[in-house]
Amino acid sequence: MTILPLHLHFSLARSPLKPHSFPHARPQVVTGPAENSVEVNGTYPGGVSGQLPSGLRRELMPSHVAVIMDGNRRWARMRGLPIGSGYEAGAQALRRIVELCCEWGIRVLTVFVFSSDNWFRPKMETDLLMELFERVLKDELQHFERENVRVSLIGDTTKLPKSLQELLANSVGTAQKNSHLHLIMAVNYSGQNDVVQACQKIAVKVKDGLIKPDDINKFLVEKELETNCTDYPHPDLLVRTSGELRISNFLLWQLAYTELYFTNSLWPDFGEDEFVEALFSFQKRQRRYGGRNS
Amino acid sequence: MEKRKGNQPTQLLEGLCSFLRAYIFSVLSIGPMPRHIAFIMDGNRRYAKNRNLEDGTGHRVGYLALTNMLRYCYELNVKYVTIYAFSIDNFKRRPEEVQSTMNLMQEKIEGLIQKDSIVNKHGVRVYFIGNLKLLNNSVKISAERAMKATAHNSKAVLSICMAYTSTDEIMHAIEKSCKEKQDEFRILDMSGAGYGLIGLGGIGTDNGKSLINLKDVEEHMYMKVAPDPDIIIRTSGETRLSNFLLWQSSSSLLYSPRILWPEIGFWHLVRAILEFQRNFAYLKKKPKQSLVGLLVVNLLISGFVLVLCFLLYRCMHGSGLIFLVSLPLMW
Repeated sequence: MTILPLHLHFSLARSPLKPHSFPHARPQVVTGPAENSVEVNGTYPGGVSGQLPSGLRRELMPSHVAVIMDGNRRWARMRGLPIGSGYEAGAQALRRIVELCCEWGIRVLTVFVFSSDNWFRPKMETDLLMELFERVLKDELQHFERENVRVSLIGDTTKLPKSLQELLANSVGTAQKNSHLHLIMAVNYSGQNDVVQACQKIAVKVKDGLIKPDDINKFLVEKELETNCTDYPHPDLLVRTSGELRISNFLLWQLAYTELYFTNSLWPDFGEDEFVEALFSFQKRQRRYGGRNS
Repeated sequence: MEKRKGNQPTQLLEGLCSFLRAYIFSVLSIGPMPRHIAFIMDGNRRYAKNRNLEDGTGHRVGYLALTNMLRYCYELNVKYVTIYAFSIDNFKRRPEEVQSTMNLMQEKIEGLIQKDSIVNKHGVRVYFIGNLKLLNNSVKISAERAMKATAHNSKAVLSICMAYTSTDEIMHAIEKSCKEKQDEFRILDMSGAGYGLIGLGGIGTDNGKSLINLKDVEEHMYMKVAPDPDIIIRTSGETRLSNFLLWQSSSSLLYSPRILWPEIGFWHLVRAILEFQRNFAYLKKKPKQSLVGLLVVNLLISGFVLVLCFLLYRCMHGSGLIFLVSLPLMW
């Protein structure tokens, strides 16, 4: 969260001392065939199921996208609005991205709703956030069922308000079969705590004699991480808005080989164009996993 | 006499650059400074390929870049530096490439042990971080010797990650924690004290929360020799961690300049630190005043360099241009 006023923030963003800037060019028209993509007068058709925007290749689409939805408060402050409006606008942005993921065939979307590190914020703000989250979730549950969006939760929900805990318990596991999209919400989540809880479960197995310490391997750890609810636990792409260049304790183990995309857009402004830019950037990257390009 | 004369301008230039660096570092130090910088040294092979050089040359040039960066970090009093020298995943490369890299690493590790090496000059203690059992014997022995030879150094720490991945480090920490707890339980069992606790279900019914906690896992990390990095710099424009310091990078600034590792220099480090200072207010929840200080730092550095270049040009007339052109090369 930068505390610069708007004009100064943008002037620094354009200064020669700005660090490596990520591609912001609008994707060009694809020259080769791209499955189900249609170009109409230089734009792509919206709202048509399965069709990708021009420039994106279906075979290079990420299976799992993770998002750190940063910048809601800054967005509100820049407009002289209360912070709650920023979070409301952020919720709208999330709805848009969920729809786009369903449309474009992304299998898993993990969103960082609330970090365990966020409890340091003023109580009024965290209460507001919890209320908003509960309200949005209530409104969206039926929509998720209709659109066959499966919902899962990662994080420690025991510290959340009781009503929210009940709602979350009811929302998890909806639309299990043949879901278009698996939406994983990280609420009161910490990447380090995720690893520690996996370690604790393994420790119990060792104590009970089910496994020996020497048997511990990567697969055993992954099986106990909270992201074991999906077949695609490792995000291919992480998007963080608002220009902050850090992971902030989100999915640490799972991000080992994830392509990171940082954008100066604030989360409520992150829409279809910005998402396409992120995907375009992802598709241009060479993922080597430590090896050499062939 | 001619040789000495020939060296004098070079020495003068080096002295001038050293002075300029010291000035810029003292200005930078007005703002918050990172304690720990980590480097992912990406782009050595691409550097060699772009220049039609032999395989391996890029890594050698990359080593020179590394020694420069280490020098600048220690001049800046950055106490901890960590480098990603060789990942466990890199063993997947062609055997001849792996062997060539191992040979180069061994050669450079042996160099670290020399009295006049950069680590001894700056009082740097060296740690080799990773699953060293995966290295061949000669490299492993050299690494152990280097750690022993620098154990008395206490001004700074250089952590060289070899045969390392973060997931391997975490897994190793979990294994060690579980083994330690298992040994504790055996002792308790033998003394008769443990049975009561386990029998009553006091332990094991809370999903292991009372068995192991975050501190236990951190205690067994290879990287417990250093605090979490403030900045992770990855060259070549790639923006991913590639299984490097995942646990420790939670709050690190991730800085990804497009230049290839052998091209990294003084100004890239300055920019990374300025970016760190720009974000420090957010990370540490400090008030706006530190940003005013940052702007002052920016202005002082830019202003000083401009004034100096102008003065040089005026004093040296035409030949001042030679100095101006040479300056960037000396960084």
